[in-house]
Amino acid sequence: MTALLLRELRLAATGGSALLPVIFFLLVATLFPFAVGPDAPLLARTGGGALWMAALLAALLPVDRLVEPDRAAGVLDQLAVRGMPEEIVALAKLVGHWLSFGPPLMLATIAAAALMKLPGDLLLRLELGLLAGTPGLAALTLIVAALTAGLRTTGALAGLLMLPLAVPILIFGAAMSEQGGAMGAAKLLAAASLLLAAIAPFAAGAALRAGRD
Amino acid sequence: MSAAPLLRMERVACLRGGRLLFEALDLSLAPGEAALVTGPNGAGKSSLIRIAAGLLRPTSGAVSHGGGAALADEGLALDAKLPLAHALGFWAKLDRSDALPGMEAMDLVRLGEVPVRMLSTGQRKRAALARVVASGAPLWLLDEPANGLDADGERRLAGAMAAHRAAGGAILAASHQPLDLPDARRVAL
Repeated sequence: MTALLLRELRLAATGGSALLPVIFFLLVATLFPFAVGPDAPLLARTGGGALWMAALLAALLPVDRLVEPDRAAGVLDQLAVRGMPEEIVALAKLVGHWLSFGPPLMLATIAAAALMKLPGDLLLRLELGLLAGTPGLAALTLIVAALTAGLRTTGALAGLLMLPLAVPILIFGAAMSEQGGAMGAAKLLAAASLLLAAIAPFAAGAALRAGRD
Repeated sequence: MSAAPLLRMERVACLRGGRLLFEALDLSLAPGEAALVTGPNGAGKSSLIRIAAGLLRPTSGAVSHGGGAALADEGLALDAKLPLAHALGFWAKLDRSDALPGMEAMDLVRLGEVPVRMLSTGQRKRAALARVVASGAPLWLLDEPANGLDADGERRLAGAMAAHRAAGGAILAASHQPLDLPDARRVAL
């Protein structure tokens, strides 16, 4: 399990799948003020929701790098021959993917908030929301990656599969970045995220098993 | 050495894409034994190997192992950016073994620092076989092990297979090329 986790982190660091979502996220944060104008009160009102949309779409980016290369290269087969349960493989991928996705995105949010001149208390709520929400996003990415591994048109299909399932995270995450009422939204966000993270190893593990036939 | 079979396949059938590839196939490999699966392309050689490895469920019949198995098929399963010794070391760690004996057996030690993506086809095949040699698993499942190997590679493969059988291991190999497997059972599909 430790060896698998270390391998995931190494792949994320060298394969660009850790950097890509962060760059995308920052690009959106740069472009958003150009689109709505540099009006500080307007940016403060809409910026939180925009950053949550950016985080959601950034979570989609690594979907074709998470499982498919391992399936194509036979890594999943070699693990299965060794009797490694698919759930453990999926759990290692989940933890490794979150570590290379969640914290970098939270760091990038500081820069994004500066680019959009968001107030400090909103930045704090965004960071707490991302801390609670990114495990759920990482779990969704993993489930969709495992489901679509081996298919040819992964990109478009992954978006169609994943975005509807991410609605609870988006709603509660964006609600948390609004003024007032943050506590209830935070609890629901954490609950939705936890649920996704808890079922991901089993759902992704079953998908990996089914994908072998 | 126990006489319990390292691989037992009973009345195994395989249906792929609506085609019956084989049925009522019985195969049992005791320590020291080997079987060579032959047949034309698409006859189900690779499916048989995958069924024996437990990667594919047989349509009917049962498969059981007497110990661990090691598989070498077309999937290299080595991280392309890593030096070869590290990439093989990852699997050796999972197998709780050492990658070096396998690399010595397939003459890969001098390539240890070369990234996997720089290796040639034959060198990749040697690497996949080196992982099997190093695994310490009693049952070897080899799908087209001689593909891409040069004369020296084939000699080393034959030597490794002979040593494995002498040490009480069993081998199930599928190949359309002649393999140097003395008194191996023939399974024609």
